[in-house]
Amino acid sequence: MSRNSDLVNRRASKPHTSMFLRMLMRAAVLRRGRAASALLAMVVAAAVATAMLNLYVDVQAKLRKEFRNYGANIVVVAKNGETLPSDTLDKVESALAGRGLAVPFGYVVARTSDGQSVVVAGTNLDQVRKLDSWWSVTAWPSASQDALVGTRAVAVVSPQGKPFDLNFQGRSMHLIPSGNLRTGASEDSRIYLSLQDFESWTRVQPSTIEIAASGSSEEVGNLIQRLSRAVPAADVRPIRQIMEGEAHVLGKTRATLAAAAVLIIATAALCVLSTLIGWVFDRRRDFAIMKALGASEGLIGGFFAAEAAALGAVGALVGFGIGVGVAAWIGRVNFHAPVVPRFNVLPLVLVGSIAVALISAVLPIFLLRRVQPAMILRGE
Amino acid sequence: MFGRLVYESFRRQKRRKLLAGVAITLGVGVATAMIAVATDIGDKISRELRTYGANLIVTPQEDSLDLQIDGVDLKPPSDGAYLDEADLPKIKGMFWRNNIVGFAPMLPLNVHLGNNLDAKNVTLLGTYFSKRLTFGKQNFSTGVRITHPWWKVQGAWPDDNSSDVLLGESLATKLGRTAGDEIEIAGQAHRVTGILSTGGAEDNQIVAPLALAQQILGRPGAVRRVYVSALTKPEDAFARRDPQTLRGPEYDRWYCSPYAASIAFQLQEAIPHSHAEQIRQIAQNEGTVLSRIKGLMLLVTLAALFASALAVSAAMATAIFERRGEVGLMKALGAGSISIASLFFAEALLLALIGGVVGFAGGALLARQIGRSIFDSQITIEPVLFPVILAIAVIVTFAGSAMAIRRAVKFDPVYALRGEA
Repeated sequence: MSRNSDLVNRRASKPHTSMFLRMLMRAAVLRRGRAASALLAMVVAAAVATAMLNLYVDVQAKLRKEFRNYGANIVVVAKNGETLPSDTLDKVESALAGRGLAVPFGYVVARTSDGQSVVVAGTNLDQVRKLDSWWSVTAWPSASQDALVGTRAVAVVSPQGKPFDLNFQGRSMHLIPSGNLRTGASEDSRIYLSLQDFESWTRVQPSTIEIAASGSSEEVGNLIQRLSRAVPAADVRPIRQIMEGEAHVLGKTRATLAAAAVLIIATAALCVLSTLIGWVFDRRRDFAIMKALGASEGLIGGFFAAEAAALGAVGALVGFGIGVGVAAWIGRVNFHAPVVPRFNVLPLVLVGSIAVALISAVLPIFLLRRVQPAMILRGE
Repeated sequence: MFGRLVYESFRRQKRRKLLAGVAITLGVGVATAMIAVATDIGDKISRELRTYGANLIVTPQEDSLDLQIDGVDLKPPSDGAYLDEADLPKIKGMFWRNNIVGFAPMLPLNVHLGNNLDAKNVTLLGTYFSKRLTFGKQNFSTGVRITHPWWKVQGAWPDDNSSDVLLGESLATKLGRTAGDEIEIAGQAHRVTGILSTGGAEDNQIVAPLALAQQILGRPGAVRRVYVSALTKPEDAFARRDPQTLRGPEYDRWYCSPYAASIAFQLQEAIPHSHAEQIRQIAQNEGTVLSRIKGLMLLVTLAALFASALAVSAAMATAIFERRGEVGLMKALGAGSISIASLFFAEALLLALIGGVVGFAGGALLARQIGRSIFDSQITIEPVLFPVILAIAVIVTFAGSAMAIRRAVKFDPVYALRGEA
């Protein structure tokens, strides 16, 4: 008796699950065409969703890099027209920790040989070239005593491009114009020297440090607070023109991209829904046979749900791979840097895909529940 | 007979036709919205990029050198040349006047504050805040509120015709004044309507209406420089060419393109004895940012088109696949492959046209909604887009159906009729 019931139990449980798996497998293998088209729809939807989410997350970092071409977003200025303490640049660099570029500037008003005033600036020219990429320069200075002359200052100091002398507090400096500088702003009226030349001639230390800090506006805000604590002798100010412009354009772009992402993902999801509903409706004969053979509604629902979930999971995984590829391609083509795959998008895509698949499986079953199996088998 | 077959097919299979139609409508709608947004995004972002402020500057032609350090002007006010304020409205008479978002004249000068006991030298900047001007029949207002949108005022902006002033944030703290107080400038008392915060040199200055600054300087109509904010086209190789070396049609093309350089050239023509130049920091970077965003939206639109094409194809394939039984019956009754295929294609065409029209209308509405909620302005939809979208819808629907129709026609009627798929 006990052996018998044992057998009944085994029959009830073990073959049951293996039969379940077998039905799942056979359904996929036998109706290859239909299963493949449902899977294809799933994969495309998941790929598109992944690509859009990846882009949405990454585009901010990509665009911020482009916005850094606008130059400095923070400026450190000595208070009351004095110069900065000599260790300021080191302090700024350590607060920056490599997440940006800091360039010192020193300024004096010198006199030309015929007594005209001109602003002379000393700076690290190699770094300026990176910081202010919009400067249009005919030739950057390379040797000592080479000077970069603003396009409006040229007419005053060396109209024929000849070497010239400048005077500051009784000390004179012989300079060779290496190239012209054109920016359309106050730089055009200045003469730029390397910091070594500038300091040895004028004995004046830099008074300004311009910083192009990368990161979100909160990160830049935190950096400004850290800098003001590190350099109490100076004013640390955000350059509002640059920061607000950036935030504004970035916000609009992200909003547009978000709208596009919502539209595209919604279309993809609805199309998966319609394809899968068609697929399940098409198999109402299977449903009717199962029901006629005595399967409970829960079992049938579970069967179709399991099938849909498997389809959703496989589609999501394959689609994720393809979507990451698409996002990387878009990044390479547009920003010349691939979009880094974000694996935290994966659970979102996976859950979303399975949810859509489950809805599209359960909906037809719910509709077919009331129909007598005989009606379906007769083809009505 | 053919017409009746198509009609009955639509009448009797409402659910299937609806599913396929919905897929086409959605696909076309999203494609329309995305194309409309992508074609207009350049314009919209270009306008948003104007929050970076002026991209052109006009200075007197025979000007002496600027002596500016950290935004503080060290040049004595007697030095250098001036522009004439009366010439400024001519900016709105230029060829590209509609691309001029706004302009703001500037006149900096040094003034003494207070009485002689604690006299203090500060810079006073005369400018337009939001001045109403007329040129010909046009009325417009312009000033720093348009060209310098990052300037924030605590309190109220002064009226351009008053003698009220704004006080820079740092200067206000130093002097211990707030909005509503009075301040004595060059021996006269002026009301402070607000505290100005710019994050720049103006924080240490007084900003006043241009007329007041001219009156203190004793030079009516004088303007030191004008900042112009204009919508421009990103610079390309053609834009960098010197207008003097261009001839005939090439010159016309250069002149009639809204490059920063050609707008600067026209500003110089409009304002006598002036020199106009692009502010490279703003003008140059605008182009790269703009092209990146445009490129991004273009690629996203391509992805959207691809996804909606696949979705439409899948829906059509499903719809035809379901009708193998019907195909078998028709074949058994003696219909040829061509007549069956043409029936299916006619149905697909009808679906594509209906879905295309409805989708286009929906997509246009969607694009307008996106424009209104994100950019506060209308997204214009080119009428030429309509036939293009319709053609795309028909082609995609046909392409999606073709494979399924071929397979359905090849199917053996015996199997189809027995229901063995």
